[in-house]
Amino acid sequence: MKDTLSVGAPVIEAKGLNLVFQTADGPVHALKDVNLTINAGEFVSFIGPSGCGKTTFLRAIAALEHPTAGTLTVNGITPDEARRKRAYGYVFQAAGLYPWRTIAGNIRLPLEIMGFSKPDQAERVARVLDLVELSGFANKFPWQLSGGMQQRASIARALAFDADILLMDEPFGALDEIVRDRLNEELLKLWARTGKTIGFVTHSIPEAVYLSTRIVVMSPRPGRITDIIDSPLPRDRPLDIRDSREFIEIAHRVREGLRAGHQDE
Amino acid sequence: MRNVLPVLTVLCGILVIWYAAAVWMNATWVHDQAERAGVTVTWAEVIPETMAQERPLLPPPHQVAAELWQGITGQAVTSKRSLVYHGYVTFKGTMMGFGLGILTGVLLAMAIVRYRVVEMSVMPWAVISQTIPIVALAPMIIVVSSQMGLTGRDIPKAIIAAYLSFFPVLVSMVKGLRSPDQMQLDLLRTYGAGEWATFVKLRLPASMPYFFASLKVAVAASLVGTIVGELPTGAIEGLGARMLIGSQFGEPLIMWSALFAAAILAGLLIVGVGAVERMVRLRMGVPE
Repeated sequence: MKDTLSVGAPVIEAKGLNLVFQTADGPVHALKDVNLTINAGEFVSFIGPSGCGKTTFLRAIAALEHPTAGTLTVNGITPDEARRKRAYGYVFQAAGLYPWRTIAGNIRLPLEIMGFSKPDQAERVARVLDLVELSGFANKFPWQLSGGMQQRASIARALAFDADILLMDEPFGALDEIVRDRLNEELLKLWARTGKTIGFVTHSIPEAVYLSTRIVVMSPRPGRITDIIDSPLPRDRPLDIRDSREFIEIAHRVREGLRAGHQDE
Repeated sequence: MRNVLPVLTVLCGILVIWYAAAVWMNATWVHDQAERAGVTVTWAEVIPETMAQERPLLPPPHQVAAELWQGITGQAVTSKRSLVYHGYVTFKGTMMGFGLGILTGVLLAMAIVRYRVVEMSVMPWAVISQTIPIVALAPMIIVVSSQMGLTGRDIPKAIIAAYLSFFPVLVSMVKGLRSPDQMQLDLLRTYGAGEWATFVKLRLPASMPYFFASLKVAVAASLVGTIVGELPTGAIEGLGARMLIGSQFGEPLIMWSALFAAAILAGLLIVGVGAVERMVRLRMGVPE
């Protein structure tokens, strides 16, 4: 049993990372000189206005984008190699469930592609469905579920093959406030139970502060890190911690960081 | 019931126009006969005469219906005079051509989606192929295939039918196989899925709605192709041959009954495709 409370060895390391997109309007500097180390068991949020490179950075970790300069390692190897070793699960903004597969069928998708045996697939599907509290919905089709439940199913799909890293790109961005609060709470419980390392992109300051052990504030043009805030909040966080003084102080610092990034322009 | 009423109204309208046209077109013959016999006829005498001619210019609906009924039930289904027999020959040709057309369309679409160079080289020719009138091409296909030692009409007919039916399948499948968005493709990339897995797990199932939409067009095109393939001289079987015989020997009733048999066959084929589609949709969890 892994000790879920301690922060472990470096998992994701970026050094002098640069990523330039060549577009019709000339080069776009999506990431400039990004240095960041994420350790095992951390919950790191990336926050900033659109164009600040937070999603690009997450995609680079997942080897969906390739940096143009600097080094980026995941578990000490390149992102491409890490993907082959099933190092991470990725959750997108939209649940992106296949409408022609049942919920269980959707969760089985990565397992089929990765070649897990049939009994192993069934066992894993049941386990992760239980983890996201969707056990009764295995044989339902996505359209029979609410938006929040669909997103939970997509998280289950990312967890099914036991990756140690969970990368989440604004997973709750399209959901309403109430559903979002509940899913945030559940995500923290899930994190506590599984001890995964989580990279989480968001637009929302309260969401970032509520969830994270560390908050990375980013700014656009060029996309860069302007502040990294360690959260003093305890790991066990009831929803009403958001009314505490510490919480409001961190939120304030994040807001200041975002504002400072804007004034640089 | 609300759906049936508009259809019935249109049907009644068609029947009225058809009867009126039959009276008008067939009256010429009645007048000619009367003139030759040196008698004058009133319209009250002309109208019944136009309804029951042996070789009317335009047979009225009840004559066509009677001939159709006679053609379907009047003799053993194996008889050369049975419309069921000829309909089966046409059906067989249609299905062979349909199958060949689907296969060609899907394989070409797969190649086009996979290789950009195939899209640039094949797609223009596929479009051009559809601008050539099939009636001009059909005799050539038949001659060439008999030159190559293929006896019988089955294969050239299937080729002609496939020539018409592959195109809608190709166009729809290209669109369907490309329908998954970037996020869905990225998701599979995070699983390290290869091209084949992406095709089987994502592109192919995502293309199914497009596929079935094209099948309805393709099956009708196949039927038309098969009938055209049965027209050139030498064909003795099939609804196309039956229409040609009716036309050449001045038997409009044979022609019209074959025409309606073909329409019924087309209807059944569409219903069949629809039934398969419903089954697939049900399995793929599409809400009713």
